[in-house]
Amino acid sequence: MKKNNTLYIGIGILSTLILAAVFAPLITRFDPVEQDLMDTLANPTWTHWLGTDAFGRDVFSRLIFGARLDLTIGIVAVALPFIIGVSLGLITGWFGGRFDAIIMRIVDTVIAFPFYVLAIALVFIFGPGIKSIIIAISLVGWVAYCRIVRANVLVAKEQDYVHAAKLTGLPVSRILRRHILPNVISQAIVFSMSDIVLSILAIVSLGYLGLGVPVPTAEWGSMIQEGQPYLLQQWWIPTIPGFMVVIVGFSLSLIGDGLVKRLER
Amino acid sequence: MIPVLFGISIIVFTIVHLIPGEPSDVLLGQHSTPAKVKIINHKLGIDRPIWIQYFHFVWDALHFSLGTSFFSKVPVATLIAGRLPATVMLLTGGLILSIIIALPLSILAASKRGGIRDQIVRAIPVVGLGMPQVWVGIMLILLFGLHFRIFPVSGFGDNFPQHLRAIFLPSLSIAILLSPILIRSLRTSMLEIMDSDFILTAKAKGIKQSRITIVHVLRNAVIASVTVLGINIAYLVGSTVIVERVFVIPGSGSLMIDAIARRDYPIVQGVTLFFAIAVVLVNLITDLIHAALDPRVVIK
Repeated sequence: MKKNNTLYIGIGILSTLILAAVFAPLITRFDPVEQDLMDTLANPTWTHWLGTDAFGRDVFSRLIFGARLDLTIGIVAVALPFIIGVSLGLITGWFGGRFDAIIMRIVDTVIAFPFYVLAIALVFIFGPGIKSIIIAISLVGWVAYCRIVRANVLVAKEQDYVHAAKLTGLPVSRILRRHILPNVISQAIVFSMSDIVLSILAIVSLGYLGLGVPVPTAEWGSMIQEGQPYLLQQWWIPTIPGFMVVIVGFSLSLIGDGLVKRLER
Repeated sequence: MIPVLFGISIIVFTIVHLIPGEPSDVLLGQHSTPAKVKIINHKLGIDRPIWIQYFHFVWDALHFSLGTSFFSKVPVATLIAGRLPATVMLLTGGLILSIIIALPLSILAASKRGGIRDQIVRAIPVVGLGMPQVWVGIMLILLFGLHFRIFPVSGFGDNFPQHLRAIFLPSLSIAILLSPILIRSLRTSMLEIMDSDFILTAKAKGIKQSRITIVHVLRNAVIASVTVLGINIAYLVGSTVIVERVFVIPGSGSLMIDAIARRDYPIVQGVTLFFAIAVVLVNLITDLIHAALDPRVVIK
């Protein structure tokens, strides 16, 4: 048996980041939103590990507190569409019929929309903020899960074990929950790993466009945007938050690959 | 396709009607009086029943009439048409550059499965898919714009050669995000094809390896990747909104962002509708290309 290194390395990197985010107040020495206008755009020192930004805020503190926000929203914004999409996928795949036809047309329509255009329009409606971002990502995101699960249900419901369960007279809800769901959910879980990356990318992009979490809250996207004008003097302010996203994406990608390997076994 | 277009029209129409605040508030500002509000609402047709408004919206859209900007009083269709060249150039450039990046790399990877080159190329999507679009853009600005000073850091230029120079970095930032997806699909399908019988036949006939790779393997792999490209078109088009922002390019995406800041509803509505329909059309075209390249595919 080959050891599943990718999975453990991925989980290791991600849990380090999550731990840092959870214990942010213990790791950092400064308030992420506290301004010190006497000490702006400072270079890294022993007190300010990554220097300070244009408002004299400690960049390292903002980075760690930003992790809190981006990781939380990223995970929550995937959990919601996961539940909605998987449930709808189960129902449409199993029952078919008119309900299935309607849901599938809605899926086709949502897929036709450029993601960022729809997300920006939705955030515009609900007003900038954490809640709007989660709603916008959820309204777009459930589609993928619905498609994946529905396709798998269509295959699974013709399998012998499902026919057997039907013949024993089990109620449909039990067949769906105990027999179909465990067999169709793995692909959705693997996809959710890359989906978390996509939703963090969306949060960062919306934050950059000024449609995300309102300033001055520490968030990676708005850090990138605020750092852009000072690119010449302090290249690291916009560089490092983006690098953090890459690390998160890398670890989730490893976890996804590791899960695939584990499920294939 | 018709139900999708119908769905799009409903979503766009709903979005604009869900926006909090009345258009009259934006148009009149402090000078709002009930009488003026009534006149404006009548002029915009907001006092009519909702289904009539929807019917008018669809009817106008079918005639390429997307309303008029609240502020500049210019028809939205004209505004979009003016901003379109930049966006189209950006997308085309991004597409060409990603093919230039993806093709050689996937050939390199597929030439020896599991080899060191394959390992390296396989790592590209793992890292590449996690990069924020804005960040890639800023890194390119930092490297090629500020450090080496080869390309302008923002703007679109005044004539065609200047346009080309100006959109190189933005297009590259799109290509950096698109090529990992292409590399992954090209590599997988190339490896799959290499195992098939007709490649064995070609080898047995004594055809040169380079010719087999390009004529037999690559041709078929590209056909499979056209579909992958089609699936990602929507995401790609949406990302131009962000790229245009980073590089300050006057394209249709930045038109939308500017309109959002000024709460210019007709523009937001028009651009959203336009983007969605463009994606549907591009998907149709990729399906047609796929069918043309692969005789086994039949368009229903």
